[in-house]
Amino acid sequence: MTIAIIIILLVIGSIIFHFVSPWWFTPLASNWGSIDNTINITLWVTGIVFVLVNLFLAFAIIRYRHNKNRRAHYEPENTKLESILTIITTIGVAGMLIPGLFVWGEFITVPEQADEVEVVGQQWHWSYRFPGKDKKFGKVATALISEKNPFGLDSNDPDSLDDVLISSNELHLPVDRPIKVTLRSKDVLHNFAVPQFRVKMDLVPGIISYLWFTPTKIGRYEILCEELCGMAHFTMRGHVTVDSAIDHQKWLNNQKTFAQLQAAPLGDIDQGKKLFAACASCHGENGEGNKTFNAPQLAGLSQWYLTRQLQYYQNKTRGDDDRNPSGQQMQAMSALLPDENTVKNVAAYLSSLPTISPSPSDEKSPVGNAIKGKDLYTNCAYCHGKQGQGNYTTNAPKLAGQHSWYLKQQLLNYRQGIRGSNYHDLYGSQMQLMSKTLYDEQSIDDVIAYITNLTANVQSSQ
Amino acid sequence: MTEMTHTAIADQEDDSHHPKSFISKYIWSQDHKVIAIQYSITAIAVGLVALVLSGMMRLQLGFPDQFSFIDPSAYLQFVTMHGMIMVIYLLTALLLGGFGNYLIPLMVGTRDMVFPYLNMLSYWTYLLAVIVLMASFFVAGGTTGAGWTLYPPQAILEGTPGADKGIIFMLVSLAIFIVAFTMGGLNYVTTVLQARAKGMTLMRMPLTIWGIFIATILGLLAFPALLVSAIMMIFDKLLGTSFFMPAILSLGEAVDHSGGSPILFQHLFWFFGHPEVYIVALPAFGMVSDVLATHARKNIFGYRMMVWAIVAIGGLSFVVWAHHMYVSGMNPYFGFFFATTTLIIAVPTAIKVYNWILTLWRGNIHLTVPMLFAIGFIFTFTHGGLTGLMLGNVVVDLPLSDTYFVVAHFHMVMGVSPVMVLFAAIYHWFPKVTGRFLNTSLGKFHFWGTFLGTYAIYLPMHYLGFLGVPRRYYAMGNTDFIPESAQALNASITVSAIIVGVIQVVFVMNVIWSVFKGKKSGHNPWNATTLEWQTEHTPPRHGNWGKNLPVVHRWAYDYSVPNVKEDFIPQNVAPEHVIMMDEQDKHNEEKT
Repeated sequence: MTIAIIIILLVIGSIIFHFVSPWWFTPLASNWGSIDNTINITLWVTGIVFVLVNLFLAFAIIRYRHNKNRRAHYEPENTKLESILTIITTIGVAGMLIPGLFVWGEFITVPEQADEVEVVGQQWHWSYRFPGKDKKFGKVATALISEKNPFGLDSNDPDSLDDVLISSNELHLPVDRPIKVTLRSKDVLHNFAVPQFRVKMDLVPGIISYLWFTPTKIGRYEILCEELCGMAHFTMRGHVTVDSAIDHQKWLNNQKTFAQLQAAPLGDIDQGKKLFAACASCHGENGEGNKTFNAPQLAGLSQWYLTRQLQYYQNKTRGDDDRNPSGQQMQAMSALLPDENTVKNVAAYLSSLPTISPSPSDEKSPVGNAIKGKDLYTNCAYCHGKQGQGNYTTNAPKLAGQHSWYLKQQLLNYRQGIRGSNYHDLYGSQMQLMSKTLYDEQSIDDVIAYITNLTANVQSSQ
Repeated sequence: MTEMTHTAIADQEDDSHHPKSFISKYIWSQDHKVIAIQYSITAIAVGLVALVLSGMMRLQLGFPDQFSFIDPSAYLQFVTMHGMIMVIYLLTALLLGGFGNYLIPLMVGTRDMVFPYLNMLSYWTYLLAVIVLMASFFVAGGTTGAGWTLYPPQAILEGTPGADKGIIFMLVSLAIFIVAFTMGGLNYVTTVLQARAKGMTLMRMPLTIWGIFIATILGLLAFPALLVSAIMMIFDKLLGTSFFMPAILSLGEAVDHSGGSPILFQHLFWFFGHPEVYIVALPAFGMVSDVLATHARKNIFGYRMMVWAIVAIGGLSFVVWAHHMYVSGMNPYFGFFFATTTLIIAVPTAIKVYNWILTLWRGNIHLTVPMLFAIGFIFTFTHGGLTGLMLGNVVVDLPLSDTYFVVAHFHMVMGVSPVMVLFAAIYHWFPKVTGRFLNTSLGKFHFWGTFLGTYAIYLPMHYLGFLGVPRRYYAMGNTDFIPESAQALNASITVSAIIVGVIQVVFVMNVIWSVFKGKKSGHNPWNATTLEWQTEHTPPRHGNWGKNLPVVHRWAYDYSVPNVKEDFIPQNVAPEHVIMMDEQDKHNEEKT
């Protein structure tokens, strides 16, 4: 008896839960209302069946519960009843399937006027490519991928030169234009999903997959990788900003083409050396850093990392938190570098310097346990390298040779959201998530104890 | 003449075959019942490991940043091992190696499996697979964290936990498991086809046997796909072949592979993986049918339809596999075909649900513990089946794929539901295995905790999926579209999961206590019709039957036959031995 009542209560409870649940689809921001409609049809059909079947079950239990004076009815079969039930079920199933197949037909047929964008996935970042004025993507090959050519474009293919390359997790799309997204992976399986657009598809290394949608609402939406792609899968996020057509064009015009990026000058080391003179009072003559001024070692860090961080300081992406006075100081100092070229020059100079092992007087004796730290560092090593040498591909700077007090301060800053919270800090949110996997100060000390043991002489990844 | 031979071999038991020493009786045993118990204990033990792993995953999801021993790598390792252990090493092994072994010879009326020695080898090979799997917890780098689907390339590349050694242990263990399964499976199929008692026609077999029989055939056809994919992946990893490996980078370094197809692996995996769902489900369908009929004192409704539904589901299960791959990047036109086949399979499945409930209808329902679990199964399976219609309908799958909706769906349909049946079956057949009942009060507590607790876990989890929360995420961090309240919901799910986990300890205690102290049950405590309840001894001795094998005279569901005195007629009772009602009985009957 109790079981029948409980089943009735569970049915009622499930219905109530369904209607009061605040957890429901995010508001739709694409043309795929037809997917939502199919879901609604399916929900109604399955919901009604759920209620009817279980209420009948409960009724049967109550009506025919054990009674020692009654016998069960003997009826091996009832062909008519079974046939009727089969037919009704078939009709219900067809009623769900047929509209679904029509919508699927729409989903796999890209409108001819659709714009194209390529989404490129790699462990654990997104990047994007627009076809440029010729509306044709240039050829790509895995073998061509390098630090200088992260998309692996074929420079002999004329179609590739005007391709617009976005080496960032941020994608911008125009509103109300159908977009065909072609999907390419450099390494393992990934999945491009934007909950508000409803559609998703895997990125498969070796082949190109696709999906399409028309964004219908201006706004900024999260891109999630939804195919397990390794340890840091959960940090593989991006954003898509849907702009008006004009704003989008403005944004696109500011992005660089493959040809422009290939032609961009490398930093000038001699010029950089001169510019660095102003920095040396805090960071040291040879960029070795100085604890007194809270200045980290810069010598031997890779050029791309230094460039990015200097630009972050300049555009107030980094160092804008009141809890970080040194960062605010760096914002002011970075203004001394007037343009992109000077930034590059300083970065080029510093990355040409050898990393200097921190002098023992500068370091407190290590408080962490390096053996425990080695285990903790396993997850860090995927991006930062087993020797802490850094890796351009994973956008991870060199750690080996850095002052332990600085590493600790940065890890704490990430954990407390002092660093990496800014909208424009592309990879900071990832480090925020990862820094939280070091649960307490002791684990931070342990992992840093291990990093300081790593050889400081490792060549910068460039 | 054939009949004479049959009688000569099987009817006069030869004493010299009986095991004499402790070791030959309980360790290197060739008795299907002992092997069944060995399988069951091993499967349940390893299942408890997987249960603990799920608890640790839930701790991380419910209370992120609280438990220092769960880092992102460990989390993925827990997810992977939980899934693989539950699906293969617990459910498949317990349903087929455990229940299949115990019930087939008894229910079809034979003395043992047709190849007892092979049967013994099957268990020891299975145990080896389990040991290799457990060993992977202790190798450098730990177990693989590639997810239970083990998708390459990431499964064998740096960046995934255990990509160095753990994955090899996993693949080797799977290969060994499949060898074990094949030895057992060939035995089950041959026994059902060749060793049935006289009169036990196929259409008189209990549905339990039908379910196990068809599931075993599915296993024999499906596991080879997993075996070859495991071997191919081992080759890719160790010998540098490129079955599944295109030209790619691994954390910036070019790998020495080219030309392979990751999707090929997915097709092979799911060609195994989808039938695997039914390898678990069909025995459960069968066993629950028998539990329902027995405890409702009523014949199973629409027996022939039930048999054909099992066969149809088994057949169709081989043409639906790519519904796991709608968003895999395979040719999108496949979506039409696989959505259609997938939704077609809903029809025979729905018929089974109707027939279970129609079996209760006009029955005389005893709400025993097995019956409670069987009713719980109908509820949870209906729920899980219906959400399957959503995921199977290709376009509805688009927003829901890879979210917690999928996790909730498959846990309802192939986690909770078969486990409900397993518990129903354990409470139902325990008296035959041990001669004692499991404690009823503890059983009811176990049922309510498990039934309500699992619903408290999985109903809300579907809604995290609607919201769009992706599965296999170690932590969500600050994600714009996910409200704070989702974390509260996750915490509540975790609390429910821990409670359900702890309640299983009550079950284990009940089993241990009842083996020694449970109430004595007699031979046929549920007044059931099927042959296993008609043995001379309980528990049945080696050889199962006394001097003569049973002869079957009727189908398995003669419950409450009109004008018959008892409300059940065992399958081995000849028509002339059926005791009919006398005048007094008939009078009483009319009064009610």
